[in-house]
Amino acid sequence: MTDSKYFTTTKKGEIFELKAELNSDKKEKKKEAVKKVIASMTVGKDVSALFPDVVNCMQTDNLELKKLVYLYLMNYAKSQPDMAIMAVNTFVKDCEDPNPLIRALAVRTMGCIRVDKITEYLCEPLRKCLKDEDPYVRKTAAVCVAKLHDINAQLVEDQGFLDTLKDLISDSNPMVVANAVAALSEIAESHPNSNLLDLNPQTINKLLTALNECTEWGQIFILDCLANYTPRDDRESQSICERVTPRLSHANSAVVLSAVKVLMKFMEMLPKDLDYYGTLLKKLAPPLVTLLSAEPELQYVALRNINLIVQRRPEILKHEMKVFFVKYNDPIYVKLEKLDIMIRLASQANIAQVLAELKEYATEVDVDFVRKAVRAIGRCAIKVEQSAERCVSTLLDLIQTKVNYVVQEAIVVIKDIFRKYPNKYESVIATLCENLDSLDEPEARAAMIWIVGEYAERIDNADELLESFLEGFHDESTQVQLQLLTAIVKLFLKKPTETQELVQQVLSLATQDSDNPDLRDRGYIYWRLLSTDPVAAKEVVLAEKPLISEETDLIEPTLLEELICHIGTLASVYHKPPSAFVEGSRGVQHKRLPGSAGSGESVDSPDPASAAGVTEAPPAVIPSQGDLLGDLLNLDLTPPTATGPPPAPSSGMQLGAMDLLGGGLDSLLGGDIGGSAAMGAGFGAAPAAMPASFNAPVSGGLDDLFDLGGSVGMPMGAYSPPKTVWLPAMKAKGLEISGTFARRAGVIQMEMTLTNKAMSVMTDFAIQFNRNSFGLAPAGPLQVLTPLSPNQSIEVSLPLSTVGPVMKMEPLTNLQVAVKNNIDVFYFSCQYPISMLFVEDGKMERQVFLATWKDIPNDNESQFQIKDCHLNSDAASNKLQGSNVFTIAKRTVEGQDMLYQSTKLTNGIWVLAELRVQAGNPNYTVSLKCRAPEVSQCVFQSYEAMLKN
Amino acid sequence: MTCLYLRAHSSAGASSVSRQSCHIDTELYSWHSHLDLAAEMIHSLFLINHSGDIFLEKHWKSVIGRSVCDYFFEVKEKAVDPENVPPVLQTPHHYLISIYRGKLFFLSVIQTEVPPLFVIEFLHRVADTIQDYFGECSENVIKDNVVTVYELLEEMLDNGFPLATESNVLKEMIRPPTILRTVVNTLTGGSNVGDTLPTGQLSNIPWRRAGVKYTNNEAYFDVIEEIDAILDKSGTTVCAEIQGVIEACVRLTGMPDLTLSFMNPRLLDDVSFHPCVRFKRWESERVLSFIPPDGNFTLMNYHVSSQNLVAIPVWVKQSISFFESGPSGRLDITIGPKQTMGKTVENLKVTIHMPKTVVSANLTATQGNYTFDLATKVVVWDIGKLNPQKLPNLRGSLSTQTGAPKPDDNPSLNIDLKIQQLAISGLKVSRLDMYGEKYKPFKGVKYLTKAGKFQVRT
Repeated sequence: MTDSKYFTTTKKGEIFELKAELNSDKKEKKKEAVKKVIASMTVGKDVSALFPDVVNCMQTDNLELKKLVYLYLMNYAKSQPDMAIMAVNTFVKDCEDPNPLIRALAVRTMGCIRVDKITEYLCEPLRKCLKDEDPYVRKTAAVCVAKLHDINAQLVEDQGFLDTLKDLISDSNPMVVANAVAALSEIAESHPNSNLLDLNPQTINKLLTALNECTEWGQIFILDCLANYTPRDDRESQSICERVTPRLSHANSAVVLSAVKVLMKFMEMLPKDLDYYGTLLKKLAPPLVTLLSAEPELQYVALRNINLIVQRRPEILKHEMKVFFVKYNDPIYVKLEKLDIMIRLASQANIAQVLAELKEYATEVDVDFVRKAVRAIGRCAIKVEQSAERCVSTLLDLIQTKVNYVVQEAIVVIKDIFRKYPNKYESVIATLCENLDSLDEPEARAAMIWIVGEYAERIDNADELLESFLEGFHDESTQVQLQLLTAIVKLFLKKPTETQELVQQVLSLATQDSDNPDLRDRGYIYWRLLSTDPVAAKEVVLAEKPLISEETDLIEPTLLEELICHIGTLASVYHKPPSAFVEGSRGVQHKRLPGSAGSGESVDSPDPASAAGVTEAPPAVIPSQGDLLGDLLNLDLTPPTATGPPPAPSSGMQLGAMDLLGGGLDSLLGGDIGGSAAMGAGFGAAPAAMPASFNAPVSGGLDDLFDLGGSVGMPMGAYSPPKTVWLPAMKAKGLEISGTFARRAGVIQMEMTLTNKAMSVMTDFAIQFNRNSFGLAPAGPLQVLTPLSPNQSIEVSLPLSTVGPVMKMEPLTNLQVAVKNNIDVFYFSCQYPISMLFVEDGKMERQVFLATWKDIPNDNESQFQIKDCHLNSDAASNKLQGSNVFTIAKRTVEGQDMLYQSTKLTNGIWVLAELRVQAGNPNYTVSLKCRAPEVSQCVFQSYEAMLKN
Repeated sequence: MTCLYLRAHSSAGASSVSRQSCHIDTELYSWHSHLDLAAEMIHSLFLINHSGDIFLEKHWKSVIGRSVCDYFFEVKEKAVDPENVPPVLQTPHHYLISIYRGKLFFLSVIQTEVPPLFVIEFLHRVADTIQDYFGECSENVIKDNVVTVYELLEEMLDNGFPLATESNVLKEMIRPPTILRTVVNTLTGGSNVGDTLPTGQLSNIPWRRAGVKYTNNEAYFDVIEEIDAILDKSGTTVCAEIQGVIEACVRLTGMPDLTLSFMNPRLLDDVSFHPCVRFKRWESERVLSFIPPDGNFTLMNYHVSSQNLVAIPVWVKQSISFFESGPSGRLDITIGPKQTMGKTVENLKVTIHMPKTVVSANLTATQGNYTFDLATKVVVWDIGKLNPQKLPNLRGSLSTQTGAPKPDDNPSLNIDLKIQQLAISGLKVSRLDMYGEKYKPFKGVKYLTKAGKFQVRT
């Protein structure tokens, strides 16, 4: 007889039938009915209509029936809160039951019922249970505090449950200690600065004692808690390590990995010359290896963590290469991770073995895996110089197999090998060329074209080869088109005599027949370069390229440090800092490895810039759309191994930029500027999305609490600086332009006065911007409808959009403008106040503000003084609000007003500010925090300008 | 400047501003409750069968809609093989952590930063418990016992924290079904939920219940070793390691304290123990000293890795080749004993994963039978006992699809085998002593060597 009978239904209707049974007088029938209800619930059927009938069964001395009713209650209490109240009395009574099992069950279930009215009644029973004589009840009650905290944190605080919980850390029973730690850690996670788990040597000692005696799960909680402690010195560190190492032999892999985390972290404090340090290193390897013989799911998590560990301390696993060899029936996700670690461990000592393996993998079935294996061979060549030759010959062998995707991957990596070891392996080019026709993936085609262009002088029929690609030029992907353009220009510079026609052809294809602005831009640059100064062209296009670095895709050191502190967590699986992706991680504190105390080893103190840049990855600082010179030198193949654009003479940059404009204007100014701006939108709208925590759902009622916006009266208009002369008449054949920027009704306006100081009439005005930091671009054509007579002035207002192409400028708010009229094209540059970019919806929710403020590292904070400002704080707040700087909260501490303000830029970058105003003191202090600290200076300047005007 | 929140706290001491800061704190706290922030570990569990139907769900707090599984189904579709579904998935609001056991997915929904290994270990424990209770872990068995499974899940996890995962403890709280008890329960209205607190739950030896009594006192230990190895084309060992486990079945009255010692404990590279084993004794004397759980349990896992030489029990001579032109290939495999320490190799089986283009195999086996599965392209050659005098051989021709090119990938051979009464690492138990009880138990140790992931490349 099985439970499947609970699923059978009758004609009368299931619910009706059950209702009758639940109200039966017979105990047994009641129980069976509740079982049927539970069975329906488990498969997702809605049986909430039976709530009153099921609750009626609760007053029973049959434990099984009671448990079943409790199960039901937990599931449906939320949807029937008034009914749930009916159950309260029974709960309270059960908490007094002589049987500890029933007491625990009652307090446990009450905590799971998330109904406010019930919570009120929970406090007294919970208080008793926390001090119950039976440890089983105490440990259940400890968890209940965490549940209650989740429902009503204030209540938990007011009732003093947190203190009771802290006391339980000293409980005589290890299981109670473990649960108290778990509950406290959970509560602490929701307010990171609350110091709930005040770790000191005494509590650490208690935890370490409990560690030996509690359950495996409790050990995980305790170890994770220990990992947050920073020992005072290396001796304490060593003694904790000694007491934690036995956990490495636990059968539960989660215990092992948590222990590894504690050891990896505390090891940092041990002097490297200490004997114990070496012992510890040796002890870490075997358990890590053993994790790899567990179930594949466990292996996967272990491998992701080992990936971090070998980057931080390669010595631990350097002799264990073989355990990472891939087995035929490993799941694909395990295979790919193993491969990654193999490359990290590859060294001169084991490279032969590794290569033999990789070659073996390249003949496997799974395409993704095969591709990665081929790439791995290339990475080995670049990493271990001595092996390069063998790698190249292995790759050639693979190319001989003629398996299409293998050939393509091989060609992509050979290109990188050429970059790393120039003039060494060019003899293989002939073999590569044989496979030209079979290449159908853009990356492989682009790589092959790069090779042909780069070594054009050694390939007799380079022109024929490139010409063959040219036939289908418009069907190629952009990557291939750009590459082909560059390769042909290279070819031309190397063999100018016979390839003139070819280069003409490609330049006209790129500039005239293409819709792609990048391609056209590059085409024009080359065209100009070649037509004005072929020698300079040679210097630029055929410049020596920087070598690519050995170790690639290493995790940036500060991020790695942080991830080491998070071994075993989701962060370690995703190799991202916890703040980057855990929803609602309000202010996750960044963890750092402790520095070494004993020896003179230098402490890894990360430089602030890189910490800010990488650990805060998501809101990408001004997206750099492929550096101009990088483009010129054709390093945009985006190989996994490229180091980025080469250092370039700064003058070249300037020249390139202006040339680009000049060239572009000739053809673009056919009156179709609006169209080009729209086209720019395609790749200009790049600002990265804010991290998930920013979008945390917010309940409405709270908005009013601190909404000062409504009470400060009408906001004033946005600040706009006075006009200045941008283009003096002397420099522009009589055209003078003065102007300023303003933001009106959410639209950025460029307001100019054009004055004709020449003797003749000016007509045919048009305007164009160079790429700039925030993607400013004209949103329409320049409206100068009537010809401009001599000595006449005209006021023009040009609406701007922020969806144009982006390039980081120096200074940040610099804007390069080209204006054309019937006489000539003129260039000037001006700066806009960054306040133009403050958007109307820049008001951050208050708790998001708090979380963000905490989340942004202090290194990103800058402080400025504003002198001689005689506004009171309300007036200042009012004034700033006019320019979309929103005051979120105001506090007064000892006569000093603190305004907390937020601002959002058009590209989604948030700037958080704290403005301190002291009554009677004309000097304000403003502290700015932003994930992109480079904007702070500009924002401060705007603050000053806005407040003083 | 520190953060706003810290300030509110730090100024709480100063009397002039304390009222205001309290005010701010109050608000901060009330916000927490408004945010729907689940802070517990495992939020929900879905059991999903092979074809993608959810047949059981358990929520430890609020109900999460089934639609959350859609992300999982999407990935499952893409992965083709269920084994290849990655165990950790990110969705916009949750993390999905899953295991694949017995053709079932155990899918848990997580909302906060939780150690994934913790979750995976727990899920395996759930599967183990079901297996332990009902003899197998399958959809039918779970459906047949749905209420018991539900009660078990409730007992195993509270607010996302594991509560009771020890089989001994669970069995005292929720009794496993037996045919007899089901009948009795039906007749008498008895219950299968225990109403006393399990004795193991809080003692310092949570794994053992008090008052155990047997008429026959016995303790059996099975030393089982699995060889994981990769051999290359020529038969050379690429890598080899041994995963060992000591499974125990102990039925002893009272509170016996056992000591198990080995002849050669230094062979073991890495060990992990059941919580009952006293680690200090192992560290200092290399003996296993423990008060055993009652019944079946895993005493210890160990690992003998490639640092020590691993004996390979069989050699394999193989050649599988496909011809560039023409629709066929040839296969020839011979197996012989290598390092068997004088024992017989049994249950020998060779599994060959053929390239996709192979459509039939016409082979002759000198011993045992072979099958070719057209759907999976797998040849299974079931040999049985290995006779050193007459080596088994499988040879013949393979047909590929007409017109198909020569296969790109090499087939791979997996070997299964068993050797009774041998631990291939050489590990030997020297003695088992019992303290604390007066009776004389019956003791036994068995050894078994198996092939684990034993692969031969071609």
